[in-house]
Amino acid sequence: MFRYILKRFLYMFITLFCITAATFFLMHSIPGDPLSYMAKKLPDQTRENYYEKYGLNESVPKQFGIFLKNIVTEFNFGESIRYPGRKVTETIVEGAGVSAAVGFQALFWGVSIGIILGVIAAYFRNRWPDYLIMFIAILGVTIPVFVFASLVQYLFTVKLRWFPTTGWGSWKEMVLPVITLALGSIAGYARYMKSSVLETINQDYILTARAKGVSEFNILRRHVLRNSIIPAVTILGPEIAAVFTGAFVTEKMFGIPGLGFYYVNSINDRDYTMIIGTTVFYAILFVAVQLVVDILYGVIDPRITLTKQE
Amino acid sequence: MEQQEKILEVKNLRVNFNTYAGKIQAVRGVNFSLYKGETLAIVGESGCGKTVTSKALLRLYQPPLVSVAEGSEILYDGQDVLKMNKKQLQAYRGREVGMIFQDPMTSLNPTMKVGDQIAEALRIHNKISKKEAAVLAVEKLRLVDIPNPEKRAECYPHQLSGGMRQRVVIAIALSCSPKIIIADEPTTALDVTIQAQILDLLMEIREKTHTAIILVTHDLGVVANFASRIQVMYAGQIVERGSTRDLFYQPRHPYTRALLDSVPKLSSKTHGELYSLKGTPPDLILELKGCPFAARCQYCMPVCQERMPEEIDLGEGHSVSCWLQHPMAPDVGPLNDGRKAGA
Repeated sequence: MFRYILKRFLYMFITLFCITAATFFLMHSIPGDPLSYMAKKLPDQTRENYYEKYGLNESVPKQFGIFLKNIVTEFNFGESIRYPGRKVTETIVEGAGVSAAVGFQALFWGVSIGIILGVIAAYFRNRWPDYLIMFIAILGVTIPVFVFASLVQYLFTVKLRWFPTTGWGSWKEMVLPVITLALGSIAGYARYMKSSVLETINQDYILTARAKGVSEFNILRRHVLRNSIIPAVTILGPEIAAVFTGAFVTEKMFGIPGLGFYYVNSINDRDYTMIIGTTVFYAILFVAVQLVVDILYGVIDPRITLTKQE
Repeated sequence: MEQQEKILEVKNLRVNFNTYAGKIQAVRGVNFSLYKGETLAIVGESGCGKTVTSKALLRLYQPPLVSVAEGSEILYDGQDVLKMNKKQLQAYRGREVGMIFQDPMTSLNPTMKVGDQIAEALRIHNKISKKEAAVLAVEKLRLVDIPNPEKRAECYPHQLSGGMRQRVVIAIALSCSPKIIIADEPTTALDVTIQAQILDLLMEIREKTHTAIILVTHDLGVVANFASRIQVMYAGQIVERGSTRDLFYQPRHPYTRALLDSVPKLSSKTHGELYSLKGTPPDLILELKGCPFAARCQYCMPVCQERMPEEIDLGEGHSVSCWLQHPMAPDVGPLNDGRKAGA
């Protein structure tokens, strides 16, 4: 097991290196450079100083070398180009914290409600609870986030006047974005769980459990749930990673200063230290969570082993 | 049949599958009784309704898709299983009737230790603590001859062989000392040597516990030295029933005859072709007019196509539903030579 994790760590570094390199060179292959826009009107000397400050006068491979060295030695992604003086790492940590505060709540509700609804839908398949839940789920999947966000804002702010539309600070401002984000998760998990539970519920061992006299509730709880949760865990991994990087549209709609908000802005601004930083940050989270998910598989289903069996 | 006390009585059991294509009548009016401590075999080919019948005894069917028709009765100890409420049904399942399933590879929960799966049944029907249940579960594993039961109880099903798993399934069925065990093709999914072991185990258990057993199978070899009575099912109906001896030596229904003839015999020549019954059973979606076996029967008479034969009692618990037993039927040899006495 230890060897397996060690091996996975090694692979993680290779993956991260590839992603970093790809992002870096892609950003640099875009015509023009990040300073050209703002440095156009500057005097030559000032412009050169700027180029030197950001190391843009060096060759691209050399820039990549410096960039890598900074990441490895001091985990430093450099400074924002658009907003001089703002460290990329600091922005990421700050933004990720805000995104996670909203994202985790949404994910928590999304996963728990989604799983419960999925199980109910499967259990009452082709009866009204199933139709109702699947109707909600299809809505959740098909309605674009910005439409739903506006609807929620209209209902709870304009009509009911319960919560503010936008802003950040108190719990009141979190409610609407959490609802908006949770709907998507609920829909996704309900659909995954339904099909997975349907498969499990027709297995022979459920019949064995019934023949033992196990009550319907305990059949779901003890026999069905654990055997059908693997697909949900699979999609949970990337979603946890995505929680930190923020929901681009939702954060924009509700004016939340999360990482998604910064990410979109940085792309608009061609702030490429920010873009690379955020991408690599997401990649790190993604591969790390993936490892956790793989280990979880073995915990949930004893038939799945990560190492070769002796 | 030493004791004649009925513990289960099935009256006019009809089970339908409600499909988009229409209503499939899988079980069409089955009547039978089970006596204390006896072993009753239900024999028939695939799709004849034997498994559906056995599952219906525990109400193990999906309500909207599969339904039991009005007028059916399954009386256990005088109580109609079909009319039990949820609580009664849960107490009846496992406690009064245990069930052994066909495929041990799929009938155990893969994410639950086998010891826990036995303990679960024990805890439902007895007021005992988790610890006590765990100890008892190990005892049950010992009862079904699993070596090193303490260690095996901690295993997950995938760590055990097929034969071992079937022993675990049997241990679950036995766990609450039920009065009836329904074994639905308990050896079909196992290889031949293991089959013999499992049958030996079942016989041993029968000796020890005096449980009544309903054995559902298509394998006449299994039945021969295991069951005391046999019921032959065809197209959702019982076509012949009687003691094992009577059915093997004096089969009266052409279908029973055909089944027996399709079993390879040690004495038969190696070069000869094995008898096989031509044709297929009728489509159960159709309303059957006449005898369901008529289309495949070599003795088919005009009346067989028109009217369903009544069940005729031949004495000593042997009865058959076949027009050949009618006094006016032609003499076709051993199948109906005793017909005048019976009719």
